[in-house]
Amino acid sequence: MTEAEQKIRVLIAKPGLDGHDRGAKVVARALRDAGFEVIYTGLRQTPEQIAEAALQEDVTVVGLSILSGAHMRLFPEIMKLLKERGMDDTLVIAGGIIPEDDIKPLKKLGIKAIFGPGTPTTEIVEYIRTNAK
Amino acid sequence: MVTKEKSDVSQQKREWEKNTLKKTLEKSPERRERFITTSSRPIARLYSPTDMANLDYDRDLGFPGEYPYTRGVYPTMYRGRFWTMRMFAGFGTAEQTNARYRYLLEQGQTGLSVAFHLPTIQGLDSDDPMSTGEIGVCGVAIDSLADMEILFSQIPLNKVTTSMTINAPAAVLLCFYIAAAEKQGVSSTQIGGTIQNDILKEYQAQKTWIFPPDPSMRIITNTLEYCTKNVPRWNTISISGYHIREAGSTAVQELAFTLANGLAYVKAGVDAGLKVDDFAPRLSFFFDSHLDLFEEVAKFRAARRIWAREMHERFNAKSPRSYLLRFHTQTAGVSLTAQQPENNIIRTTIQALAAVLGGTQSLHTNSMDEAWALPTEKAATIALRTQQILAHESGVANTIDPLGGSYFIESLTNEMEEETYKYFDRIDKLGGVVEAIKKGFFQREIADAAFRYQREIEEKERTIVGVNDYITDDMLEIPVLKIDPEVERTQLARLRKTRKTRNNKKVDQLLSRLQKAAEGTENMLPHILAAVREYATVGEVCNALREVFGEYQEPIIF
Repeated sequence: MTEAEQKIRVLIAKPGLDGHDRGAKVVARALRDAGFEVIYTGLRQTPEQIAEAALQEDVTVVGLSILSGAHMRLFPEIMKLLKERGMDDTLVIAGGIIPEDDIKPLKKLGIKAIFGPGTPTTEIVEYIRTNAK
Repeated sequence: MVTKEKSDVSQQKREWEKNTLKKTLEKSPERRERFITTSSRPIARLYSPTDMANLDYDRDLGFPGEYPYTRGVYPTMYRGRFWTMRMFAGFGTAEQTNARYRYLLEQGQTGLSVAFHLPTIQGLDSDDPMSTGEIGVCGVAIDSLADMEILFSQIPLNKVTTSMTINAPAAVLLCFYIAAAEKQGVSSTQIGGTIQNDILKEYQAQKTWIFPPDPSMRIITNTLEYCTKNVPRWNTISISGYHIREAGSTAVQELAFTLANGLAYVKAGVDAGLKVDDFAPRLSFFFDSHLDLFEEVAKFRAARRIWAREMHERFNAKSPRSYLLRFHTQTAGVSLTAQQPENNIIRTTIQALAAVLGGTQSLHTNSMDEAWALPTEKAATIALRTQQILAHESGVANTIDPLGGSYFIESLTNEMEEETYKYFDRIDKLGGVVEAIKKGFFQREIADAAFRYQREIEEKERTIVGVNDYITDDMLEIPVLKIDPEVERTQLARLRKTRKTRNNKKVDQLLSRLQKAAEGTENMLPHILAAVREYATVGEVCNALREVFGEYQEPIIF
């Protein structure tokens, strides 16, 4: 198998206390159907658990899904812990309920793309194909 | 005589298809090959008497307030009094939410409905590391009786009824409420309201569980028993389809899983030694109202009929009050779009209309901005006005079950009933609701339906205005409610003060006493109440129970 044919590994992670996993699961399934290797963490993961799972599973993409409103507190922590583990080049993307005003500061942290409500799953698939290294 | 008429109609329909319809279809085909509901249910071109050939008026419909209650649970319905306009609200601190409640009561709202922040919902205190960033964000922060006293300050608890959306720690929050009422000089026999307390749908859909299913079911039967004796006006479980639907189920899955859960609670109560007629009248329901108007109305009508029949035939309930499926409705949050948010006012209106045509007892209408955040006061007021316009101006409340007798509605009602019984059989074969949860049955069914719905949108089999068609580039800016970071500081300070000023030795003793009850077979409620009266926090009570019962881990399914 050549490098290009190797499956892209994606971690879909749910930080925060909310149990809204509909979006995370729909995206996880669409990515799997598109040929990616998908690992889903389950609910209510701490930033440590997410960073550790990303490292252990050796993923190239981390997708964060959150609808609780705690993203401005949790995402910076996750980015910091990923960096501490030497995972600076991991492609981190996010989705859920993230108000317009928060998008700029989150991108500054290194979160490359934020997919809001109504995003077609094909757009996320394309984005990962183009940007995951 | 009747059969002859019906066969005439089916003959006439065939002739209509041959002579009239065919010509039109040849000239101009229909918009789509397949017409489907929000739940992907195929819908026929036309319904006629042949589609309700087996309908027996007396057996299947009856009269309002009479068995099997298909047409409504009360004899006069909205001619007697309108549904309760009960808007779900809660954010920030107890002080802020208390002010919102008093505003809503002044605006003519007739009941309260508490939204708790996620730490309370998960049985965690605000100072728990898991609560980081969540304090007061999705609801009001309530850690102890100290917060509850503020939440209901100047609101007489013997006059209003309160619905509390709380599940895993429902028994604890009910005890907070009882204790807060006591502080106002109101006894537990005088208070009225509802706790959601529906743990089964948590494992299936909403996913805010704490303990494993078996001890959770025991907490619920303890609550049923306690309230039957001590809080007779309390609705002990609000058996909820709402979250099942919001997680992606179809209308019929919502109907079938919710009723299956309800029957599981009744069985658990009976197995625990309670008399069905002593507690069944205090069970109520909570459904979603989605966009497909007729399918929703049929769902509500089928729900009433199935519940009455099951309570009568399966559980041999004798009191007619046990047969009544009384329900609250909330419009579909999941149908709200972040794009062109003002359109959500119209979506909500259609859904509210479905709930009223379906005979709901109370209603929450979502605000247009809820795809973005908790509603602003203005958006919440428009949502309440929507209900008032339906009630006073539209005329739909003038007669009972206005769609009853429609060929389409009766046919849909029958179809959904049949499909519900098919699900009951599948659940029974899996060993009942709790076993089916452990096997991931509901979770898989819901995930499949959610995925199919998304595919249908992406393949444009369904049009969502502003999302996959009629798209505009300019984002409409609407004001979004922001939670002040001060909330976290205020809440943490109050929690520290509570821990400092209460009798900690007594709290520890009472929590140990509760653990002893949990380890044995005693009812846990009196011990929870004793501890929270002394200001034990929700996190402390739940941690005491976590040590005894452990925490649930769900199977990962997607």
